Amino acid sequence: MPPLAYHALVGFIVLNVVIGMVTYVTLLERKFAARMQSRIGPYYVGPRGLLQPIADALKLMLKEDIVPARADRFIYNLAPIAFLLPCILIFATLPFAPGLGVADLNIGVLFFLAVSSLEIVGLFMGGWGSNNKYALLSAMRAVNQIISYDLPFIFAALVPVLLAGSMQMSAIVTAQHGLWFVAYPVIGQLAFVAFLVATLAAENRVPFDILEAESELVAGFRVEYSGMKFALIQLGEYAHMLGTSFLGALLFLGGWLGPGPAWLGPVWFLLKAVLIFLVVTWVRWSFVRIRVDQILGISWKLLLPATLILLMATGFVVALRGAGGA
Amino acid sequence: MADTLARSTVEIGYGGSERLTMNMGPQHPSAHGVFRAILTLEGETVVAIDAVIGYLHRCHEKLAETLTYVQYPTIASKTDYVSAMTAELAYVAAVELVGKIDVPRRAQYLRVICAELQRIASHCLWLGTWCMDMGGALGGGATIFLYAIRERELILDLFETLTGARLLYGFHQVGGTRYDIPAGWAQQCRETLAVITQRLGEYEAMLEANAFFLVRTQGVGVISRDLAEHVGVAGPLLRGSGVAYDLRTAAPYSSYEDFGVRVPVESAGDCFARYRVRMAEFRESIRLVHAALDGLPEGPISSRPGVKSVGQVRIPKGEGYSRVEGARGEVGCYLVADGGPKPYRLKWRGASFSNLAVLPHIIPGHKVADVVAIMGSVDPVFGEVDR
Repeated sequence: MPPLAYHALVGFIVLNVVIGMVTYVTLLERKFAARMQSRIGPYYVGPRGLLQPIADALKLMLKEDIVPARADRFIYNLAPIAFLLPCILIFATLPFAPGLGVADLNIGVLFFLAVSSLEIVGLFMGGWGSNNKYALLSAMRAVNQIISYDLPFIFAALVPVLLAGSMQMSAIVTAQHGLWFVAYPVIGQLAFVAFLVATLAAENRVPFDILEAESELVAGFRVEYSGMKFALIQLGEYAHMLGTSFLGALLFLGGWLGPGPAWLGPVWFLLKAVLIFLVVTWVRWSFVRIRVDQILGISWKLLLPATLILLMATGFVVALRGAGGA
Repeated sequence: MADTLARSTVEIGYGGSERLTMNMGPQHPSAHGVFRAILTLEGETVVAIDAVIGYLHRCHEKLAETLTYVQYPTIASKTDYVSAMTAELAYVAAVELVGKIDVPRRAQYLRVICAELQRIASHCLWLGTWCMDMGGALGGGATIFLYAIRERELILDLFETLTGARLLYGFHQVGGTRYDIPAGWAQQCRETLAVITQRLGEYEAMLEANAFFLVRTQGVGVISRDLAEHVGVAGPLLRGSGVAYDLRTAAPYSSYEDFGVRVPVESAGDCFARYRVRMAEFRESIRLVHAALDGLPEGPISSRPGVKSVGQVRIPKGEGYSRVEGARGEVGCYLVADGGPKPYRLKWRGASFSNLAVLPHIIPGHKVADVVAIMGSVDPVFGEVDR
């Protein structure tokens, strides 16, 4: 098989697996939230509500597609795709097991971080193109917030990169044989916490979900979207969340490393990612949203300096370790 | 004083930054019904708010003129549908005042029990919706909302056992109450209150140890004591601004003087102070219900015989104003009777209406996100604002 065809095939499989997983992650979140709120959650569609995501997707596909009369049609229609694309693309560099992935780039982490920041373009296009004041305010907030939180997010993600001495995802996992980076004394835990907080903000989850902020801005940048376009945005959001959870599991929790035979690797990886996803969900359903100025304050005054210092400290540790001949 | 203050805020000159006029409501997730706030924004900061009401006007006062004294109590509850017992009580109290009708002590105690249970139910809904305003229907706010609604349901179950209805009760009638408590109800009530007392502690632990909740509420929407007295806010807003005024002690009605109501007061005047006042009122209401159940006298529940037709109750010519402390503050009913079976004229004083008047004074200068937090802390019910 020619390499191009092979990559296309793998890409196709990963894409479909990712979309399937994203759909079911929504069900997981709804069930989890329901338990927190002493409810049952989706129950009627299929056995124990297991077909609910399918029903949701079908419903959204059948909905009427409404374009606001005074919207900027080109930008408005392009936005969901511009938003979804980077969110799906981040899975390209994620290896799910040694050699099992679309492309294990030697700059994998850089690629992931760069591409995941691109979602802001789609967000802003949606907010601007809708020609709606709520959406516009939300887009403004989005730019503010994502610029503020991408920096600490990147710095926190760079800590494992420094520790492993490589930007290649598989090399980072290999470097965690014996000691996951989350267990690395002090640095590992701090970086992991900073990563989680920045993740919440980068994914626009409560307490940092001021872009959506439905009690103020109704639904934020996607207030005018309906039907399939809304579904695409929703899909992108959850894909981004899942992708970031996978990245967290890979950078800090040892990726596919775990007891048992090698073929259990992807299972371990998935379990770890779902664990991170559930932590994020847990936070989401327990906190109130904070204000835009407070969010920026946390980022610039606390998280950014903290992650910078952490990164420098990691540099020192690595340099000392190198000098010690380890 | 406060008027000029508000006006000066509205008339801030063009500061070089673009302004945006944004409608919040009348159809909006946190409009608490049909409130329409026209916000003028500079970036995220609100520089002026124009409050528009009237979307839920149902000619309630005119309706009262067309219904007899027997019929209207059930309809009166629709002014403030979140705490329906309050308006019923205010109406029958006005009729009894004008008609000089005595109310048996047992009925007075039953009215106290229902009024306090209603206060608990109403505050439950307030806590839930307010947290949802701040925390989002897809976030922590929804969690608190569902918890609070769960407790409100317990109270509604009690009302259902008592009156057969869960929202609009028709419990009060001129001269007493329509229903007596059924067997076992007192025990059910005490058990419910024990559950709620325990859960209140859980909420306080959950919210007050939460840094995000504190930064969203402390120092936000401060109503100074002067402003509160000047605008004439009532209820928890007034007590949150350091004024210890509660009609249950200031002008006791329906035997409230028997219970020694303790009035919670906070001095800070911000959203958090109003939250603290309402949480203390929860506990005080629970204590009052227990006390009223303990001291419930025997005897009739109504001072007048049952009627065969709705026109049989006639009130002699006269006029009078009754006022009761509802969950949102002073609810008043001014009644003019002309000797017939229907009032000649009726005027409601809604607590939500006068509380809402404080918004233009406190909102300018805050961020958009604070608008919903402040509005939630004012706890308006639009059935009562527009009537």
